[in-house]
Amino acid sequence: MGMTRQASGIYAFLDELRTAAQDYHALVALAGNPNTGKSTVFNGLTGLNQHTGNWPGKTVVLAKGFYRHQGKRLALVDLPGTYSLLAQSVEEQVARDFICFGEPDAVVVVTDATCLERNLNLALQIMEITSQVIICLNLLDEAKRKQIEIDREKLQSLLGIPVIPTVARNHDGLDELKTAINRLVFGGETPHPRRVRYDPDLETALTELSAELEPFQTRVNPRWLALRLLDSDYPLVKKIISYLNHHRRHTLKSTPQGVKL
Amino acid sequence: MSTNTVMNQTLFQRIRTLRERLGPDLRDRVVATLYRHAEEITAQVVRENTARCDLDTCLDNIVTSRVWGFPLMLLLFSGVLWLTIAGANYPSALLSKLLFGFEARLTAAFQTLNAPAWLHGMVVLGMYRTLAWVVSVMLPPMAIFFPLFTFFEDLGYLPRVAFNLDRFFKKAGAHGKQVLTMCMGFGCNAAGVISTRIIESPRERLVAILTNNFVPCNGRFPTLFTMAAIITGTLLSSSHHLAATLFVTGIVVTGIAVTLLVSWLLSKTLLKGVPSSFTLELPPYRLPKIGTLLVRSVLDRTIFVLMRAVLVALPAGLVTWCFANLQVSGASLLDHAAGWLQGFGRLIGLDGYILLAFLLGLPANEIVLPILIMSYLSQGAMLELESVTALKELLFNNGWTWLTALNISLFSLLHFPCATTLITIAKETRSAKWTLLAAAIPTGVASAVCFLVTRLAHLFNLV
Repeated sequence: MGMTRQASGIYAFLDELRTAAQDYHALVALAGNPNTGKSTVFNGLTGLNQHTGNWPGKTVVLAKGFYRHQGKRLALVDLPGTYSLLAQSVEEQVARDFICFGEPDAVVVVTDATCLERNLNLALQIMEITSQVIICLNLLDEAKRKQIEIDREKLQSLLGIPVIPTVARNHDGLDELKTAINRLVFGGETPHPRRVRYDPDLETALTELSAELEPFQTRVNPRWLALRLLDSDYPLVKKIISYLNHHRRHTLKSTPQGVKL
Repeated sequence: MSTNTVMNQTLFQRIRTLRERLGPDLRDRVVATLYRHAEEITAQVVRENTARCDLDTCLDNIVTSRVWGFPLMLLLFSGVLWLTIAGANYPSALLSKLLFGFEARLTAAFQTLNAPAWLHGMVVLGMYRTLAWVVSVMLPPMAIFFPLFTFFEDLGYLPRVAFNLDRFFKKAGAHGKQVLTMCMGFGCNAAGVISTRIIESPRERLVAILTNNFVPCNGRFPTLFTMAAIITGTLLSSSHHLAATLFVTGIVVTGIAVTLLVSWLLSKTLLKGVPSSFTLELPPYRLPKIGTLLVRSVLDRTIFVLMRAVLVALPAGLVTWCFANLQVSGASLLDHAAGWLQGFGRLIGLDGYILLAFLLGLPANEIVLPILIMSYLSQGAMLELESVTALKELLFNNGWTWLTALNISLFSLLHFPCATTLITIAKETRSAKWTLLAAAIPTGVASAVCFLVTRLAHLFNLV
């Protein structure tokens, strides 16, 4: 079974990213709703060290950049702004494909503090794919002006992942964000994000199916893969299967006692 | 490879069984659960000062409410139209006096220079007169309508309109964002067609492209305004601004109703499918900067559209004049062409000259009325069309009734898109089939509606 065009597109993009610049220690993706100041965060982190590239085969432009922090060099990819990863727009497909098949070392979700609920919808969806997530709680100055208060510590403990407050426009909190990214990627500690619990029927099915996906040892959470195998349209199901196959070949090659199915 | 294939097959089988067990509405359940979680978390960590009523939220509660949303929308729209109609009258008369006064001077100049009659006919009676018409009829309403429309656009009202109308479009099997592309269509249908790129699903995008034409663009608004003046003038004995406003509002509402109906029919036949969901962000209201608003709407829209109209009107005026004055076997080419179209024209309550004007107006809708006037004028009497009353006289001398004016409004609203729009559709769809349909569907609808209206009017002895 060959790779689908889109799936191979991601690997082509990653190859390009790797050859475009010197080696980097970690790949970080920047996700978030539109109008959350995501690009301001991106510019604040990378400075002028960035350039834009096309997602192969798609008309979506992705900005990528590099920065150095505490002796580590990190590559940052600015994903298109989306409200969710479930609808079928090109932007959402690209963001979703990058987060799951691109296997970034961390995903920073930039959120708008003035309308947290809508932003959390996306954050929760990303936390289903990977545990390596950081919330960047941006636009705190606007929230203050609108007399909205957010209990950051409580949010952090409820979500089970780091929540970093920022006002990216003024560069406030960006250093803390960099440090949090480094701790998450190089610190060796895996966070345990809150997982969304679905209705009992679905939960049973999910446990059943993700147990079967476990042996593939994917970096993407098998529970998320199982969920998408159950509720998605055919193109995505095919993409996931081809990703699993790719992974399986890879695993078999690198470890002689590869998993037998 | 073979292990892969076996693995894939068992996995596929597994997925299929589980899917059947879980039922078809799984995605909805998943989304609902996600939203509930987000809501629960937010409730625990966010504290808002609710004592202060946020102005935006208060406004939105009225503007997008089920009760007030629609009346407010109609009221605002008719308000804009009323200001346009009432306000454009005086400058329009002034401009036409000025421009037609200059025509007499031009004629005098041609006479002193001993220019041949055909040159005078082509340049002055053909090109200049059309130009004068386009400018005096179109400039004042556009100079009022566009700044007002831009004001609401910049204010952030249009997304609220889309929000209000969304459920209707969903029922018609179309995308809620189609409303936004229709709003663009009020400016220019070609721009409206390009703006359908915001709709991701190819099916719904095609629906939006094929029906965009049912929104009257600014090239057609002057025709509608003039017809409104004529029709209210004949029905109520004196031209009445309020009645004219209601007439134009009614025409536009008809256009929206036809859009919904045709969208529904398309999504049941040629373009089968269900509407996809989308997120529409209601941006905060912003009071527009009046200076930039005026400059932008006057320069980018009014002057742009006027220049386009003038550039197309000049050669079209020339061609029409030649058509009207080249004699073949006792009658002008124009009369011959109109003669061929007369039968079908009469059938749908128009006449051959009107249909010919619409056909010759294919390059731009702006020139349909000037061409029509020119072809009536070329038959003999030379009229100085200083006012709508004079125009009315000319038209009624040519066998018009209020029904003709109504049918022209309907035909103008519903007929085939202009050449620019068709070229844009061809570029966007990259398909000859859809481009042809984009011309054929509106033409069919326009003919059918005019035919029905005419039959009904005759049936009830209204004419």
